[in-house]
Amino acid sequence: MDIIEYIQLVFTDYTLRTITLGTAILGAVTGMLGSFAVLRKQSLLGDAISHAALPGIAIAFLITGAKDSNTLLIGALISGLIGTFWIRGIVTKTHLKSDTALGLILSLFFGFGMLLLTFIQKQPNANQAGLDKYLFGQAATLVESDVWMMAIVTGICLIVMLTFWKEFKILLFDADYTKTLGFNTKFIDVLITTFIVLAIVLGLQTVGVVLMSAMLLAPAAAARQWTNSLSVMVFLAAIFGAFSGIFGTAISASQNNLSTGPVIVLVASVFVVFSFVFSPSRGLLFKQIRFIKNRRDLELHKTLAFMHQIAETHDNISHPHAIKLLNNFQGYTKNTLQKLVEKDYVQLRGNMWNLTEIGFDTAANLYTKQSTEDE
Amino acid sequence: MSNAQIEIQIIASLVAVACAIPGTFLVLRKMAMISDAISHSILPGIVVGFFITQDLNSPLLILLAALTGIITVVLVEYIQKTGLVKEDTAIGLVFPALFSIGVILIAKNANDVHLDVDAVLLGELAFAPFDRFLIGGIDVGPKSLWVVGTILLITISLLFLFFKELKVSTFDKGLAASLGFSPAIIHYGLMSVSSITTVGAFDAVGAILVVALMIAPAAAAYLLTTDLKKMLALAISFGIFSAIMGYWVAHWLDASISGSITTVLGLVFLLVYLFAPSKGIIAVMYREKQQRTEVSLLTFLLHLKNHDEVEERHVNHLSEHINWQKVQAKTVLDLATKNNMILIENNVVSLTKKGDEFTSKAIDYIITNEDAQIEDMKDDFFLFRG
Repeated sequence: MDIIEYIQLVFTDYTLRTITLGTAILGAVTGMLGSFAVLRKQSLLGDAISHAALPGIAIAFLITGAKDSNTLLIGALISGLIGTFWIRGIVTKTHLKSDTALGLILSLFFGFGMLLLTFIQKQPNANQAGLDKYLFGQAATLVESDVWMMAIVTGICLIVMLTFWKEFKILLFDADYTKTLGFNTKFIDVLITTFIVLAIVLGLQTVGVVLMSAMLLAPAAAARQWTNSLSVMVFLAAIFGAFSGIFGTAISASQNNLSTGPVIVLVASVFVVFSFVFSPSRGLLFKQIRFIKNRRDLELHKTLAFMHQIAETHDNISHPHAIKLLNNFQGYTKNTLQKLVEKDYVQLRGNMWNLTEIGFDTAANLYTKQSTEDE
Repeated sequence: MSNAQIEIQIIASLVAVACAIPGTFLVLRKMAMISDAISHSILPGIVVGFFITQDLNSPLLILLAALTGIITVVLVEYIQKTGLVKEDTAIGLVFPALFSIGVILIAKNANDVHLDVDAVLLGELAFAPFDRFLIGGIDVGPKSLWVVGTILLITISLLFLFFKELKVSTFDKGLAASLGFSPAIIHYGLMSVSSITTVGAFDAVGAILVVALMIAPAAAAYLLTTDLKKMLALAISFGIFSAIMGYWVAHWLDASISGSITTVLGLVFLLVYLFAPSKGIIAVMYREKQQRTEVSLLTFLLHLKNHDEVEERHVNHLSEHINWQKVQAKTVLDLATKNNMILIENNVVSLTKKGDEFTSKAIDYIITNEDAQIEDMKDDFFLFRG
């Protein structure tokens, strides 16, 4: 199946269109809210919340007996929120650290959820099949109403985020200052957290409990590498998330036996790796290039300074010296010498070198003035 | 109790002990989430190992999977070192990616692999006794019993051999380094033990519930004691208790054993969290309330000392002059009267000699910036606490 054919199929085929739209919207909303989670150093909260949502799904099913995804998601939302606030309770009221609290709630809630799920499976009620899709997610089970639900929640998220943009932003970067300004930090905090929980719960059906945290983190972590501005980061994260969803769906649709959730997560991870390496200002590649450049610069300066030291001992600065002299100085290479010649700092005659007027001046001022002309 | 039932309980208890020991150190070193990451990311290792060995209990598979766990740790640390993202983000990025690879590997080879993801996440203790370990045709017990037993033995001997080193490096890295214990070796040693334990236990209790067995007993124990040996002992006993209780709950509900072990662990933690003598939530709340009252009392006494005028000291004016927010004026007045610090005549409050002395000392401490001393002073002056 080639690409054009696939794109046509996306627009014509109901299932594919629904899934692509669903994963794209999901990726956008989780990327958007994930930016806040990442910047608030709550990256792993998503992992804990998604696991903590499991017993909620099981209990909602036990109470209502309905398999309607919206009912189950309300259960997930409630138990996710309970998990979140319990984590907060543990961290603020006891001396247990946040990693312990996260791990605790994550594993305990998940275990309890599994207990309930296996308990439900043993029930005579034939309606129970399919609850385990929440473990790894089954994008194929998405229907149009689910996508509408996602779109509505995303819309609400957007509206709330735009309304409270200033508050969210200031709380993110300086919580104490926010408090002194008279904002109700607790309310803003709860608002952000609730929306993060909501986004996670929305994704459970598609990506599943176990991998949901990556949907929250990866687009945001990738976006963080490209910008230092919050609004750009949120926007980029939404784009990355949406494209992870679209590409992930496409790849998994083109192959047999490839579940959508893990593929989306891997696509998002590729975005992250790409951003880590190729981002111009923070990326590893450019950092390495800058590092090498700086080192060369330093070597050049060292050679020049050494030459200056020698030239200073003579009245005539253009008095020639043997290149051999530089040998006992490790900063000297053929390359650096050639560079110095190109810059007219040095003249080479056979085996001899001498500083030029410009070279002498530059060397004299090397460490006293900031020069940006050098490479 | 049938033979199989006893065997299941023994395996569960051994797993609990094997997890509780590294778990205690992970909790103390603030690395609890690493165990979560390891438990997820060993999946590709297990799958690849399974392709090679075709046996979930083979030692080679355990080593391969444990290696994946260590790779996870190294990767996380590498990403942290680049400084591109925060530490916890690094963890959150690495393990879902590895886990996804594992899930895809399983799905792509579903026909050849007798391994499904549910089993990896959950394990199934109930089947453990059916997989027997035969030496020369003689049945010597379930395979997983031997696997977990060996891991436990290694863990315990390492614990005894390196207890001192572990202890020092956990609480004071700098001291450990200056004493000549390499923190890196101890760190990776602990990570290796955690990885191997996770792999060994995953067959029995599943990848995610290993995390519960590692963290929950240790966290509950940490709320009860600050002594490392006692903490280890408590964590181990919580683990064993939950393992056995969990088995019977599962038996009664006819549900997943590992799920119910975790649920029992959760209940144990909840009880400790609520009722631990000095660090439980109720004790903490009580102490906070007490301190709030006592701080208000001090404010009140300072106010009295500063004002001789009758109208400033009138009971009805208290709420105006001092900003009582959360504490009732009555509680504070009662406490002060009980401790003989104030006298109330005709609704006008005045300091007693003792109250005056207390307040003067408190002022001295406040001026010299030694507020902490006030806490000790309270023991000398107070007959009743807030």
